[in-house]
Amino acid sequence: MTRSSWPLYEVFVRGKRGLNHVHVGSLHAPDDEMALRNARDLYTRRNEGVSIWVVKAESITASSPDEKDPFFAPSGDKVYRHPTFYAIPEDVPHL
Amino acid sequence: MQSRELDQFEQTVAADHRVEPRDWMPDGYRATLVRQIAQHAHSEIIGMQPEGNWISRAPSLRRKAILLAKVQDEAGHGLYLYAAAETLGADRAELTEKLIAGRQKYSSIFNYPTLTYADVGVIGWLVDGAAICNQVPLCRTSYGPYARAMIRVCKEESFHQRQGYELLMTMMSGTEQQRAMVQESVDRWWWPSLMMFGPPDAESSNTEQSMLWRIKRHTNDELRQRFVDMSVPQAAKLGVTLPDPHLVWNAERGHHDFGEIDWTEFWQVVKGDGPCNAQRVEHRRKAHEDGAWVREAATAYARKKEQAA
Repeated sequence: MTRSSWPLYEVFVRGKRGLNHVHVGSLHAPDDEMALRNARDLYTRRNEGVSIWVVKAESITASSPDEKDPFFAPSGDKVYRHPTFYAIPEDVPHL
Repeated sequence: MQSRELDQFEQTVAADHRVEPRDWMPDGYRATLVRQIAQHAHSEIIGMQPEGNWISRAPSLRRKAILLAKVQDEAGHGLYLYAAAETLGADRAELTEKLIAGRQKYSSIFNYPTLTYADVGVIGWLVDGAAICNQVPLCRTSYGPYARAMIRVCKEESFHQRQGYELLMTMMSGTEQQRAMVQESVDRWWWPSLMMFGPPDAESSNTEQSMLWRIKRHTNDELRQRFVDMSVPQAAKLGVTLPDPHLVWNAERGHHDFGEIDWTEFWQVVKGDGPCNAQRVEHRRKAHEDGAWVREAATAYARKKEQAA
């Protein structure tokens, strides 16, 4: 029996206008168009979306597997990027 | 001394954070998940058969449409789960081949036949009810893609259980013959539904490690008890009797006591000697092989379009 060689696609769905597309899962399809149709059947059977993106999994470039690794360290010690870093007297309005 | 990777894995699990596909994980954790998720996916796919059998025979267009949607959901659930298994490095086609070769299992419940239309209702109420008991805690399982798939599955299962119960309520308000049909169906499905939670804790080989890894959150017996306690008032409201003379409320425990499950039957069906094991797998094999030309044609068409571009 021949193995299916359909590529793996990652699926992103926009839940409604005004929201971002969000990753919902993956599927196999022979081409882009079928990937879209399969994604509609699989991930939006109950009006979960108004727009779908599909992208071949092999086209995605991801950061290193270790999510705590030094790649993200540069932002770790920069507390001054957050508004709560700054002490402002209570009685200053609109700030 | 254990490795830095193992330390990090254990910390992630202990903190109730999710393990994600490209994280380091112990081989045993990966193997356990692939086995469990594949078995779960296979159950959804094989589970389309007993009910699919009734789509063309359902008594009204409304009931046909509902059943069709339900069986389509089962296919969807199978695909969510195969997708989750693939994030662990499993190959989907290989999983299907293992199922067909009998090297991977699916839930034993689907090896029982659906003899009457009341079975469609009872499967929704009891079988999907038991599945929900098993699946709700899996929404918090430690492996991210599995947990996310289960959240989708659980949202959809609730429709399955309610349509079943509603179907049964309708039949119970019908003729004497229809009520008898419901009772007869409950009599056949009650015990196999209890078996869906797996062997008793003392004999469940995978439970302890799976709980440590937070793949499982509750033992088989805990979930089985929860299901019994949930089902008793539902049965009373429906007006059916659950076929167990030992089923009584135990005020001291705050739970229902119930009779001994026939574990001989359970192991017999698990090992392949249930009423429909051969038929279910054979049907899946045939569907897979009959569909081969479609998969090949779609691949050939995609290749041709690519070359033309």
